[in-house]
Amino acid sequence: MIRFLATTSIRRRLVVQLSVMAALLSIVFFVAVRSIAEQAAADTQDNILAASATSIADALYSERGQVRVELPYSALSMLGTISEDRVFYRVVADDETVTGYGDLAVPDVPARQRVAQFVTSEYRGEEVRVVSLARAVSNGERAADVRIIIAQTRRGLAVISSQITSTAMAVAIGFFLMATALSLLAAQSAVAPLKKLAQSVTRRGPKDLRPVVTKTPGELVPLVDALNNFMMRLRASLTRSEEFIAEAAHRVRTPLATVRTQAEVVYRQMEKPANRKALREMIRAVDESSRSAGQLLDHAMVTFRTDQLERDEIDLCKLAAETCERLQPTAELKDIEIIRELVAERAMIFGDNILLQNAVRNILDNAIKYSPAESSIVVRVTQDDDTIKLSVTDQGRGFANADLGKLTARFSRGVNVDDIVGSGLGLTIADEVVRAHNGQLRVESNKEGVGACVVLVFKRS
Amino acid sequence: MRRSCVQTVLASLFTFVSLVFCAQAFEIEAQKRYPVAGAQRTISILSTADIAVFEPIILAFQLANPDISINYVTSGSTEVMKAIYEEGAQFDLVISSAMDLQTKLANDGFALDYSSEATASLPSWAKWRNQLFGFTQEPAVMVISEAAFANLDVPRTRQELIETLRDNPETFAGRVGTYDVRTSGLGYLFATQDSRNTESFWRLTEVMGRLDAQLYCCSGGMIADVASGKLALAYNVLGSYAESQLQGTDGLKIVPLDDFVGVMLRTALIPKGAKQAEGAGRMIDFLARLRTHPELTAATGLPPIVEQTQLSGTVLRPIRLGPGLLVFLDQLRRETFLRSWTSSIKQN
Repeated sequence: MIRFLATTSIRRRLVVQLSVMAALLSIVFFVAVRSIAEQAAADTQDNILAASATSIADALYSERGQVRVELPYSALSMLGTISEDRVFYRVVADDETVTGYGDLAVPDVPARQRVAQFVTSEYRGEEVRVVSLARAVSNGERAADVRIIIAQTRRGLAVISSQITSTAMAVAIGFFLMATALSLLAAQSAVAPLKKLAQSVTRRGPKDLRPVVTKTPGELVPLVDALNNFMMRLRASLTRSEEFIAEAAHRVRTPLATVRTQAEVVYRQMEKPANRKALREMIRAVDESSRSAGQLLDHAMVTFRTDQLERDEIDLCKLAAETCERLQPTAELKDIEIIRELVAERAMIFGDNILLQNAVRNILDNAIKYSPAESSIVVRVTQDDDTIKLSVTDQGRGFANADLGKLTARFSRGVNVDDIVGSGLGLTIADEVVRAHNGQLRVESNKEGVGACVVLVFKRS
Repeated sequence: MRRSCVQTVLASLFTFVSLVFCAQAFEIEAQKRYPVAGAQRTISILSTADIAVFEPIILAFQLANPDISINYVTSGSTEVMKAIYEEGAQFDLVISSAMDLQTKLANDGFALDYSSEATASLPSWAKWRNQLFGFTQEPAVMVISEAAFANLDVPRTRQELIETLRDNPETFAGRVGTYDVRTSGLGYLFATQDSRNTESFWRLTEVMGRLDAQLYCCSGGMIADVASGKLALAYNVLGSYAESQLQGTDGLKIVPLDDFVGVMLRTALIPKGAKQAEGAGRMIDFLARLRTHPELTAATGLPPIVEQTQLSGTVLRPIRLGPGLLVFLDQLRRETFLRSWTSSIKQN
C-alpha cells in the first residue's frame, strides 16, 4: 500500500481522496435528508390524526346516561386530504364501544387526558398509525372515561417516502458527480505548478545549469532550492574539471615546445641515418601530443565560450579564407592543394568569431591530416534560401562505414585511423560550436569520389 | 344456491327477467346473461343500474371484448352492500351509485387494487385508492309535472321550493315524492350530502313531511309517477334517469336547483375474491373510457366523467370520494340522522 501510494500520481491521489470524501458526504446528506423528510411526513400524518381525534372528542355528548358522538364530517374527510389511505375509528366509553370498528384494538398506552398518543400497529392486515385520545365526558353523576382511537394506513406515507428517497438520491448523486468534477479541477490546478516547473527544467539545453527562477508555490520552494543548489555544485565541479584539463594541457604544451626545439637542434647535428630517423619519429610524436593538448585547450575554450556566446556579424567566406590562409603552410608540407570555392555572395551569420574559426580550423586540420600527399581539399561556402553551408571535402580515406553520429562524440575516432595519431576531439569541437549557433554538422562520404565531406549548416540570419 | 336458482329461472337467454326471488339473503331485482359463443370466461356484475339502462354498455363492451360473457345482476344499493360486506357474495365487479357504501367497501378492505392506462387517465377526484373508479357523474335534480305548475312559478332554489310547497298545500298534499332514505342507499347519500350543504334541508324535509310525502326506493318509480300525474314533484331524482325517461314523455320537466346541485359519481370496484379480476379490469377500463363513446351516453343517458364539468359549474357540488363519506355510515350518526329524518317526514 505504501509502495503503491509512493508511485501513484499526486493528481490521482487527490481525485480519489476528494471523491471518497464527496461520496461519504453524499451518503450522509442522503441519509439525513431522507430521515428528516420522512420524519416530517410522519409528523404530518400524526398531526392530522390528532386533529381528527380532537374534532371527534369535541363532538362527544351525553344523552340519557349514554355517551354519544355526532361524528363530524371533517373528522374523517380531513384524513383523506393528503393521501388515499384507509381510515378506521372507534370510540370507547368505559370499555364499551360507542361507535366505530369494534375490533379496533385500544392501544396499550396509559391514558393521558387530552394528550394524543401515537402507536404504529397492524389492523386488517395492514400497517396503521393509531392515535389515541382520552377524554372524560360528564355522564350524569360521574364522568365516563372515553377513548377515541383513529387508525390510518400508511400507504401515502410510503409513497411520500419513496418520492423523498428518489429525490434525495438524485440530489446526492448530483452532488457527488459535481464534487468529483470539481475535485478533478482542483487536483489539476494543484499539480499545475509542479508540471510547469518540470517543463521549465526539461526545456533546458544539456549545458544550461543556471538556477531555476520559475515562480513556484511555497511547497515547491525547498525542491527548487535543492535543485538549484545541486546544479550550482554540478556547475562548479564541471568548471573545475574543465579548468583542470585546460591547465594540464597548457602545462604539457609548453615543455613539449621546448622538447621539440631541442630535438630539432639535435636532429641537425645527427649524422647517423638510424638516429635521425628515430629523432624524426620523436619530433612527429611531440607534434601530435602538442596538437592534442591544443585541441583539449580548444575544447575547454569552446565549452566556456558557448555558455556565454558572443554574437557578432560574421562573413563565413572571409572566415573560411582566413582559416585556409593560416593552414596553407601545413598543407604545403604534404603538397596538398586547398581549393577555395567561396561562392556565396553574402554569407553573413551572427556568431562568435573565435569559436567559428576554431571549428573550421579543426575540420580543415583533420582533412589535411587524413589526406594523402599531393591530393586536394575543397573548401566551399554556398547558400540557398534558408541556409548557408560551409563544406570541407577531402580525398582521404573517408569515414569508412563508421556510425556517422558517433564520430562527433568526445574522444571517438573512426575505425580506420590506426596509423595516425589523433585525439578524437576535432569533430566534437566543431559539432558543439555549430550547435551553439543553432546549426547542424553533417558528416558524409565524398559524393564525387573517395574521401569525406564535412558540412556545417547554418540558418541564415 | 343462488346460482342454481338463477339457472332455473333464466332458461332462455336474452329474455328480460323481472324480479327473481330466491332463497338468499340479499335481494336480487333482476338478472340477465349476455353469453358469447366460445367465450372463455364469464364475469358477474352486481350493479344498481337497471338492465335497460346499462345494456348498451354491456353490448358495446362485448363488441370490443368478444371473449367475455357477462352475467348482469341488479339490486338496490343497500342490498349490494349487504351482499358484499356481510355475505361475501361471489361477484367480479360491483357497480353502485351509493358512493359512500362503495367507499366503505374499499376502506374496509373488500376491494382489489387495479390500475391501468385507462384508470390513470381518470381525473384524480374520480378514483380512490386505485380501487374505486367513478365512470359517470350524475346530478340530483328535481322533476316536476308541468301540469301541476301551470299556475305556479317554478322554484329555482330550495328556499323557493320550501315557500312554494308551504303556500300551496292543496296542490302538493300527497303529491310530493322523494327517496326513502332508510331503504335507498343513494337516497341516503343525497340526503346526507344535502344536510351538509344547505341549512334548508331539514326545513324542506319538514315541509315535505307535512305534505305527506310519498317515499320511493328508486328514481324510476318517482319519475313514472310524476309522468302519470300521480306526483306533482319529485325531489332528488337521478338526473340521468330523468333525462332518458323524458325523451318519451310529455309534461315532465327537469329542474336543477340554482343554489347547488349535488353530483354523484357512479363507481365500480373489483371485490376481493373476484374470480375474473382480469376481465373485470377490462370492464373498468371500458367504463373509464366511457367519454370516448358518445353514442353510449346518448343510449344510456349516463353522463361520462369529463374533466371540465367539475371545474366550470359553480352550482355543481360533486360528492368527493374519500373517508369523509364514512361519516354518515357511522352507526350512531346514521341512527341520529334517520331518527331526525323519520320524525320530519312522517308526521301523520
